[in-house]
Amino acid sequence: MSLLGRSMRFGYIPNAFRRIAALVCVCVLPTGAVMAASQIDTFSFTDEVQERRYRALIEEFRCPKCLNTNLAGSDAPIAQDLRKVVYRLVVTQGMSDQEVRYYLQARYGDFVLYDPPFNAKTWYIWLVPIALGVLALFVLLRLVRGARSSATVLNAQQQERLQEIVGNTAGSSDR
Amino acid sequence: MSRISLYIPLGVFAAILGLGYVGFDLGARNELPSALINKPFPEFQARLLDSPETTLTREDLLGRPTLINVWATWCPTCLSEHEQLMQIAASTDVVIVGVNYKDQPNKAKQWLAQYGNPYRWVLDDRDGLLGIEMGVYGAPETFLLDAQGDVIYKRVGDINPRIWRDELAPRFRQLGIAMAMGNTDVGANK
Repeated sequence: MSLLGRSMRFGYIPNAFRRIAALVCVCVLPTGAVMAASQIDTFSFTDEVQERRYRALIEEFRCPKCLNTNLAGSDAPIAQDLRKVVYRLVVTQGMSDQEVRYYLQARYGDFVLYDPPFNAKTWYIWLVPIALGVLALFVLLRLVRGARSSATVLNAQQQERLQEIVGNTAGSSDR
Repeated sequence: MSRISLYIPLGVFAAILGLGYVGFDLGARNELPSALINKPFPEFQARLLDSPETTLTREDLLGRPTLINVWATWCPTCLSEHEQLMQIAASTDVVIVGVNYKDQPNKAKQWLAQYGNPYRWVLDDRDGLLGIEMGVYGAPETFLLDAQGDVIYKRVGDINPRIWRDELAPRFRQLGIAMAMGNTDVGANK
């Protein structure tokens, strides 16, 4: 309801304002994005697909030194080096995304993958949340069932009162 | 609900506390396990620091156990572990290979002249590419290789007397590296 109202209200904004707003969006937002992206590297790409793949990959890997930052977001020397490596693998050596993943994983272990594989060392990362979810569901079910059964227990006096209240309508719906 | 099940939340709470207590107490949680443990040391080709026309490859490390130490002059911890490496070099017959990581060769040579050189060879890895092959993410890092060239141990951080006594010396013994008689505690009382 309020969403609809708001979008309708946009209809009343004078054209000039809308144009200015559009202009601001067109001019400011892309520069912001470009600034954020070009903050750290000076690599040149001839191929747009390669550039997109490079950016996606450095977003994907974890910096080994800084633990909770990805390669794209870290200024650590090792992250700079690894960005160079990713660039080289993608652009110069023409590796596929999966090959780049294997390359880094072989040297820095599962740690560099934010999306860890399921294996003997990592099974609990994957299974604990599922187990907790099942447990939560179980507890919830029991709570709901408990609430339902306790809610229906009325003593004789309450039963009488209930009959009193619903007595009139109960007669009409009784077939 | 029965009486006992009332205590379940308390139990869960205690379990979470326990997990945190153990988890945050693990000293090594910032340390990456090496992806190379029990795997062959990577193939490489690197120039020697003091004679750039000579290159060393993985084949040169085979045949006897090798200790590979990644260091740099910009790394203060490398200086603090240097004495321990000097002692290991003097009292055992392990081959120690230095990897001069992302450093300036001139500074590195001066550093070795000043503090002593425990290395049989020092590899010039000024661009850090060998380091990446080895999965190095800082200095110092130290790798122990057996005679087949497999990595059997990696230390991220300094080689101090405790690491020598608890981690390295037992493995040296296992590998059959000769150590100075009755002096297996090299530097332990320093």
